[in-house]
Amino acid sequence: MSTEVKAPEAVRPAVSAPVQPAQKKKKSPYPYWFYLPAAVIFGVFFVVPTFSSFFFSLTRWDLSTWEFIGLDNFIQFFQEPALITGLRNTLIYAVITCTLKVVLGMLLALLLTSQILARGFLRSVVFFPVLVSTIGVGLTFQVLMDPPNGLINQALGVIGIEGPAWLVDPKTALLSVALTDVWQGVGLATVIFIAGIVSIPREYFEAAASDGASAFQRFWRIVLPLSRPAISTVIILALIGGLRSFDLIWAMTRGGPGFTSDVIASVIYKQYQAGFYGLSTAGNVVLFLLVTAIVFPLFRFLTRREVNL
Amino acid sequence: MRFANRWRPVPLLAAMVACILALSACSAGSLGSSDEGGGTTLSFLVDNDQSSLKIAEGLGAAFEAKNPDINVEVQTRPGGSEGDNIVKTRLSTGEMTDVFLYNSGSLFQAINPQQNLVPLTSEAWANQLEEVFKPTVSVGNELYGAPIQSAMGGGILYNKKVYERLGLQVPKTWAEFMANNAKVKAAGIDPVIQSYQDTWTSQLFVLADYHNVAAADPQWAEKYTAGQVKYAQEPAVKGFQRLEEVNKAGYSNKDYRSIKFEAGIKDLAAGKGAHFNILSIVLGDLAAADPEHINDIGFFGQPGDDAAKHGATIWMPPGLYIPKSTEGAQLEAAKKFVAFVASVEGTETQAKAFPPAGPYMIKGSKLPDDVPAAVKDLVAYVEQGNVTNALEFSSPVKGPALEQITVEVGSGLRSAEDGAALYDQDVKKQAQQLGLKGWE
Repeated sequence: MSTEVKAPEAVRPAVSAPVQPAQKKKKSPYPYWFYLPAAVIFGVFFVVPTFSSFFFSLTRWDLSTWEFIGLDNFIQFFQEPALITGLRNTLIYAVITCTLKVVLGMLLALLLTSQILARGFLRSVVFFPVLVSTIGVGLTFQVLMDPPNGLINQALGVIGIEGPAWLVDPKTALLSVALTDVWQGVGLATVIFIAGIVSIPREYFEAAASDGASAFQRFWRIVLPLSRPAISTVIILALIGGLRSFDLIWAMTRGGPGFTSDVIASVIYKQYQAGFYGLSTAGNVVLFLLVTAIVFPLFRFLTRREVNL
Repeated sequence: MRFANRWRPVPLLAAMVACILALSACSAGSLGSSDEGGGTTLSFLVDNDQSSLKIAEGLGAAFEAKNPDINVEVQTRPGGSEGDNIVKTRLSTGEMTDVFLYNSGSLFQAINPQQNLVPLTSEAWANQLEEVFKPTVSVGNELYGAPIQSAMGGGILYNKKVYERLGLQVPKTWAEFMANNAKVKAAGIDPVIQSYQDTWTSQLFVLADYHNVAAADPQWAEKYTAGQVKYAQEPAVKGFQRLEEVNKAGYSNKDYRSIKFEAGIKDLAAGKGAHFNILSIVLGDLAAADPEHINDIGFFGQPGDDAAKHGATIWMPPGLYIPKSTEGAQLEAAKKFVAFVASVEGTETQAKAFPPAGPYMIKGSKLPDDVPAAVKDLVAYVEQGNVTNALEFSSPVKGPALEQITVEVGSGLRSAEDGAALYDQDVKKQAQQLGLKGWE
């Protein structure tokens, strides 16, 4: 695996890029209809569904007939009893997974960029869960977390601890899924951090060493500020992933027990399953707006900090 | 105002969607049995439950033996709401198999039968159906399906050995039932087995209580469809309250949140628990897994307040339907197959493939003598006329979130009254989607 990403410019902002003189707009050597195949694919699979979903969110729709009902679906969706739990759970889930991925990912990246034995092998091991299918991970952990018979509680039992009921206890269900998500996703964060850390020029560390900086100071004054682009990438990716998380939750708890681990996406999916196509489309429009409303300002904030650096 | 005009997407888009669906349909669990050239191949979609699959394969083989030029290819789909979704999508894209199995009653009403299914009213076998089944696969004057599999009971399976040992009587009222539970608990046995890892099983205390609701108010289903009575009111709220009572008394098995119904029925057979509120279809699985203990299990309807009106709630069998997309030779073959399934010979074939969970809905068909004891108990209820069809066969209104709500009530996360009120809200969406009056 190529973690030896050498190009600092891949992670650092392109401030040093040679400034192009204000040229006249060069005419592209290719005719515009070269864009057509891409435009058709983009249009059919992205633009048309997006705009038709805005339309169908205003209807009561059974796939063959529709009835225009104005904003009723949105009103209904916001009255959905599971929605408040879903919203709260989505935010909790996104914040927990994002935080843990950033913190653990950074710690692992520090470990895996230091001079340790079998570094390459360990880097692969950390990354492997990312490659496994999410549903597979979910089902595996469902078996591992079975309260009396699962491996985790049996192992805890050996050392005399009675493990929690993990997925079937409403208090721990969401947390259990979030921890599984972190286990699966931390590898990706680690790889991005490793790329960020190895791209920091050696000279800084040498200078710090000759000034007698401690390991913590090196981390706090050099690694952390200079890998900020990598950190913002990880935060954005992990947060978006957490906000639209669905597959792992569905595989492990289906939003249960009851409604206790429902997130917005699973609330929407249940409406779809029940055949309330208009209502679920309205839910998706809401989710789209919500993710945009959270991520867009955050992205602006993080990239601005990056430029000021 | 309901716009009846069908939405016609741009042809290009339709073609692309069709291609994608065709591709995905190809991969969807087709179970071998390739076309051996010549003759007609009839594709047949069933849910992947053992009972459905074994019966479908048994019927297919028997039918092929009688009609060598027709090849029946059984395909499977998931059950539950995931399966509902597949059926709806395949019907509305014209990608449905030549014949398919799907629920009768409220779920049947939700697949838009008039638009999607071939009417079968004038088929010769239509007169042979039990009257009680016909309305569950009919819209207006047209009949759209034939019964496949047997009817089943929803109620309490109990361990007769435990009853004998503790000297208990089959309860006729809820109070007697709870008194029995207290004695069972005192003897160190779990009074009530529940299996919430299969969330659907949590609904039984509410659904199987319907006989008692209908006994208290025979017009309840009609009023309910019209939006005049609610689950949060008496008498229907009692089902939720009974579920809550069982939980509050601590009568459930310790691992009720994490086991599936297969484990539950095994615990019942082994005498670790005394009662299991479930559909009698699970007996078939037990008959295969543990034939020694199958006759230790008996059945009684969920008791209500009035011993004189004691009875059981029963579930009609699913229907076998032909979608409008089946045409020509396929349609002929499909009708022949449905006629075979809806014959006495067809029910005999089914009984051989999988033990019946209750009576068949074809006039003149008999159950084999070796059916499990609990099925005999159920048949006794039917013969005495002390049964009521479950609500989903008398009203198209059934909310999708009932199983989550009953898990919450049954786990003590939500009160019975709150759960019932929440279910009334859930149901409203379904009623509106169906365009019923009285739910605006």
